[in-house]
Amino acid sequence: MGSETFDTQNVIDQEEILRPKMVTVEIAGKTFQVPEGITVIKALWYTGQDVVRGVGCLGGFCGACATYYRTKDDPKVRTCLACQTAVQDGMSFSMVPPFPARKAIYDVSKLQDPKQDLFTLYPEAPLCRNCNACTEACPQGIDVREGVWRAVFGDFKAVSEMFMDCVMCGLCTPVCIADIAPNLVALYASRAQGAHFTDRPERLTHRIQEIEEGRYDAEWDRVLSMNEQELKDLCAELK
Amino acid sequence: MDIHELQKIVHKTRDVRRTQTLPKYSPAERDTLIKKYHPDHRESAYRPVKFGPNAGDRTVRELAALLEGESPVPADLDLTPNYTTDVLVVGGGGAGCAAALHAHANGAKVTLATKLRLGDSNTVMAQGGIQVAVTADDSPVQHFLDTLKGGHMKNDHDLLKVMVEDGPSIAKWLLDLGVLFDRDADGNLHVKKGGGSSKPRLLTCSDYTGLEIMRVLKDEVLNQKIPLLEFSAVVELLSDGNGTCTGAVLRDLDNKRLLVVAAKSVILATGGIGRLHIQGFPTSNHYGATGDGLALAYRLGAKLLQIDTFQYHPSGAVFPEQLIGALVTEGIRSEGGHLVNAKGERFVNELDTRDVVSSSIIRECEEGRGIRTMSGRVGVWLDTPLLDVEHGAGTVAKHFPAMVKQYERFGLDISKDPVLIYPTLHYQNGGVQIDVHGEANVRNLFVAGEASGGLHGRNRLMGNSLLDLMVFGKQTGTTAAIRTAKMPQGKLTLDHLARFRAEAKKHGVASAVMSPMVLPAYAKKE
Repeated sequence: MGSETFDTQNVIDQEEILRPKMVTVEIAGKTFQVPEGITVIKALWYTGQDVVRGVGCLGGFCGACATYYRTKDDPKVRTCLACQTAVQDGMSFSMVPPFPARKAIYDVSKLQDPKQDLFTLYPEAPLCRNCNACTEACPQGIDVREGVWRAVFGDFKAVSEMFMDCVMCGLCTPVCIADIAPNLVALYASRAQGAHFTDRPERLTHRIQEIEEGRYDAEWDRVLSMNEQELKDLCAELK
Repeated sequence: MDIHELQKIVHKTRDVRRTQTLPKYSPAERDTLIKKYHPDHRESAYRPVKFGPNAGDRTVRELAALLEGESPVPADLDLTPNYTTDVLVVGGGGAGCAAALHAHANGAKVTLATKLRLGDSNTVMAQGGIQVAVTADDSPVQHFLDTLKGGHMKNDHDLLKVMVEDGPSIAKWLLDLGVLFDRDADGNLHVKKGGGSSKPRLLTCSDYTGLEIMRVLKDEVLNQKIPLLEFSAVVELLSDGNGTCTGAVLRDLDNKRLLVVAAKSVILATGGIGRLHIQGFPTSNHYGATGDGLALAYRLGAKLLQIDTFQYHPSGAVFPEQLIGALVTEGIRSEGGHLVNAKGERFVNELDTRDVVSSSIIRECEEGRGIRTMSGRVGVWLDTPLLDVEHGAGTVAKHFPAMVKQYERFGLDISKDPVLIYPTLHYQNGGVQIDVHGEANVRNLFVAGEASGGLHGRNRLMGNSLLDLMVFGKQTGTTAAIRTAKMPQGKLTLDHLARFRAEAKKHGVASAVMSPMVLPAYAKKE
């Protein structure tokens, strides 16, 4: 890319970027050498492992790559998304297989009393024993335990706001001693909040009506009958 | 030099830059810029396709090889169906889920196959929003014109009219399913302005619009008990021998077996091609974005269009190395973030269309005004702290929580320091040619979303992709379901494959490339 024209002043040449250091990591119990700072998922590829289950968007949004890890000499096992976490020396990690949590089946449009229905759909939700393991397990930093209680107390609005960051990795489910699937409870509460406790936006309703009534038909006729140059000129006027 | 040293010029020049207004380029200037710097115009990266419906058309070498590639299905495969369905939806992203839900709602027996998990897609990553003309001084016609201008006047007018007119009802459909779009104080939908749009028209769920929509659609597919075949990649389509699509062959990625699905119609919602790493570009796309649908449809005789044009999102992360290719949402520029070169200068109106902004970033870098990293990458600054300066402390954290989190993991605070960006391969502008119902020129073969072509012309506008997925998911799902209700299942043959192989031989293509790719081969084997 024309690098010879570069001003040498504009180069990030920190040593750690210049020559990646190799570090030792343990992947599912086996030791490997990988370049420091690559992501956990890239470390799997670097060590020759084909990954089919456990990779999705690679952007930190889909929750497919839930992983348990531990750093050197620290007994604490933590959770992360493998595509978003850099490896470091002495790190030990394993991808988390899908957990067989129960998802309630419901028709969101037909819920009669969504806040009560929660207890029929997820009867385990109010049994939270406040251990806080779900919150600690969340790689997105959501206060999951608080969210479960908010759902139980019917504050679906708060739940929907707290869980907007939720990537549905499900790491909160295997740790729950009350067999709650907090992410699924939150998704239910959020959908109910949107479908049942949020007013329909007036302007949108109005716009749909306008389109149905043919309010734009004349404008469409005018625009669609234009030749290419006329259309081009019209578009050029847009700011 | 340390990155913080280099960032100083961005902080130093901020106040001066804040007083500047950069005009957008004139149409002539745009053309010159794009022809000179846009990757679509790098001739050496292109070649003509040798045979098939698009013989002679130029496309990138990586895609040409897949279109001419060899099918993994043997000619003598036993075609006794393992599954029978009315509508087979291929792909579990936004378009696939929307298609499945609409087909199901219209009474069809639907099966959804996806090579990863339900929901693993580009949709889930869409941060910018969904364009719907809802405000009083906006209209579907205005949306149409903006999109046409952005697409360099090459959009299919009929498809585009369908999309913009259906936008408001799609927004309602999503609201009814429980999607929580941002609201104004008066309860109306909050709108933001996107690059290349003349009116604020983006509906958002903070910077998680795609995630919120995907979470809800995925949940709804499960609630409707639509049968799923996950980790099952379609590797070949089937036809009745007379040019009508009648099913597909899947590969179960767990046990590697081939499975036959008899389907009265097939909806391809297989997404884009970022993982082909065209011209060596990094990509913002998900793991499965390997263009499978294009190769599958092409072998069955479907015509593709505008396969020479791709969208390079202006702001892909260049630093740190772990985030290479990941997107820094356009929302940052929508809210006033400046692009700044190594001299501390702005060089383009940041809200111009993606192709223009990308081309100008490439120009800055090629002319020596970029910032290089020692891993051999180059980029320009995106002044993220400016947003807090302009709109008050905490703006970045409040409006872009996903972005903040992504960088925080690497010890970088984007509300304090600018980020280094360079264009990243983002979107396939063209695809399989479709009519307003989403049907290809092969009967009963439908295509929805990024795999289809024509709607976006030669450059897609921000926020039009999510709308495309929802609208053409609905068009294809509805049309397929209604049609299949009164139609018998056609016979299953691989006749088209025999013809394709004969043609490949005739043109001297002894392809070692297996197609579709299904997943990129990233695992280091030596």
